[in-house]
Amino acid sequence: MSEVNGIVVTAKPRVSARFRLQWEEAQQSWVLLYPEGMVKLNASAGEIMKRCDGSHSVDELVAELEQAFDTRGLHADVARFLDMARAQHWIEV
Amino acid sequence: MNAPAQVPAPTIGPPLWLLAEITYRCPLHCAFCYNPTDFAATTDELDTEDWLRVLREARAAGSVQCAFSGGEPLARDDLEVLVAEARRLGFYTNLLTSGVGLTEARAAALKAAGLDHIQLSFQDSTRELNDFLSHTRTFDLKQRVAATIKANGWPMVMNCVIHRLNIDYIENIIDMAVELGAEYLELANSQYYSWALLNRDQLLPSREQIERAERITNERRQRYGDRIRIFFVVPDYYETRPKKCMNGWGSVFLTVTPDGTALPCHTAKMLPGLSFPNVRDMGVREIWYDSEGFNRFRGDDWMQEPCRSCPEKEMDRGGCRCQAFMLAGDAAAADPVCDKSSAHHVVLEAVERAQRPVRPVAKEAPLIFRGPADSRRLIEEGRKSLAAD
Repeated sequence: MSEVNGIVVTAKPRVSARFRLQWEEAQQSWVLLYPEGMVKLNASAGEIMKRCDGSHSVDELVAELEQAFDTRGLHADVARFLDMARAQHWIEV
Repeated sequence: MNAPAQVPAPTIGPPLWLLAEITYRCPLHCAFCYNPTDFAATTDELDTEDWLRVLREARAAGSVQCAFSGGEPLARDDLEVLVAEARRLGFYTNLLTSGVGLTEARAAALKAAGLDHIQLSFQDSTRELNDFLSHTRTFDLKQRVAATIKANGWPMVMNCVIHRLNIDYIENIIDMAVELGAEYLELANSQYYSWALLNRDQLLPSREQIERAERITNERRQRYGDRIRIFFVVPDYYETRPKKCMNGWGSVFLTVTPDGTALPCHTAKMLPGLSFPNVRDMGVREIWYDSEGFNRFRGDDWMQEPCRSCPEKEMDRGGCRCQAFMLAGDAAAADPVCDKSSAHHVVLEAVERAQRPVRPVAKEAPLIFRGPADSRRLIEEGRKSLAAD
C-alpha cells in the first residue's frame, strides 16, 4: 500500500474531536476552534480541511481538489499538509 | 517624483473574543479576584433578553469565541439558555467556572445546549490551603465536578491561580490535574489588579519560589509528556518588558460586564476620564468600531515617550493601560513593568519586598478576601478620599 509522509492514501482523515472546523464570514476563512483558541486557516488549508470529513480517502480528496482547481500534481503538497495537521492533532487518520 | 506613499490606516479587525461576564455573584471569596473591588455597586444585571441580543450582535460583528464568566456564571439560572443561543449562532462556547453549582442535572442541560468546553478553576490542591484561599469548603466538590466534566466528554482545562501562598505546592497541583484527567493546565501567576493588587505583598512570590516552580513544572512536563499540556505564566513583575495586554487595546477582546458596560478588557473600567458604552444603549458593532472608549488606545497617537520612539512598541503596545494607571498614575504612560519606564522602580520595590523569607500565612498581614462587605467598605473609602481631595 502506498504511503506519502506516513499517511496511507486510502485512509479517510477526519477533523479531530478536539477541534471544530467552521467557515467564518467575518474573516472570510475557515477556522479551527478549540478551548479558548482559534487557528485561522489559509485558503488552501481550508480547502483541504473541509474535505477531511471521514468519507474522503486521501486519494479522493486530492482528485477532488485537482478537479475543483483545474490542476494536477497536488498529491505531495496535500500529503505534507495532512502530515502536519495530524502532528498538530487537527485531524485523526 | 512620485507622490509620497500613503500609509493606509491599520484596519480594525473584528472582536473575535467575547467575554460575557454575566454576573458578579460568586460563592467564593478569592483574595486574587480580578473583579473590580467596587463590584457590590452593580445591582442591575442584564436580563436574559439583553444577553441574547448581545450574543447575536457580537456574532454578527465577527465574534467567534465566547466565554461565559463572572463571578460564578452558574449563579444565573438562564446560563443554559444563553449557551444554547451562543452555540446556535456558531460561537465556540466556553464556561469558566469554579464548579460551584455544576450539578449533574445542570451539566446535562449544558451538554444538551451544546456547550463546547469547561474551564474549571482550582485554588490549590491541598484541601486546607484550597479552603483557606477560596474561603469556602469547595475542594471535594471540585473533584466531583472534574469527574462530571470528564463523564460528559468535554475537554477540560484546569486553571489554578498561582501565588506566594500556593506556589510551593505546584507539584501537588500538577499531579492532581493529571489524576483528574485534565488535558490542559494553566498555572497562571496572579496578576496584580483589583483584589490581587490590594493583597499584592502577600501574594507576590519570591524569585526563588518562581525558579523552583518553573523547574518542577519542566520536570513534570518531561514525566507526563502528551498526557497534559502545562502552561506556566510568570508574574509580569519579574519581566523587563510588559505583556502585550489583550493583544492590543480594542484588537480582539470585548468584555461585557454584568451591568452591560462594554470594555476592551475586564479591568478597564478603573481608568479615569474614559467613557465606555453600555450594550443597553449602543449596538456591539458601533461600540467596537466607533466608541470613544474603544478607540482611545488604538494606533499609537496616544503613546508618550519612552513608548513612542521605542523600536519594540508594536511587540508590546506599551503594555497594560490599567497597570500604567495603577502604578504610574497615567493610563497613557509606559507600563511600569518595562525597565524603560520612569516608574519601573515601583515594580522593583514590590519585587524587592517579595524576597523576604516565606513565612506561614498567619504571620503575614491579613488578606482581604473578595466579598460584598469589603467591596462596600472600599467604595465608601474611595468616596471619602475623593471628598477629601
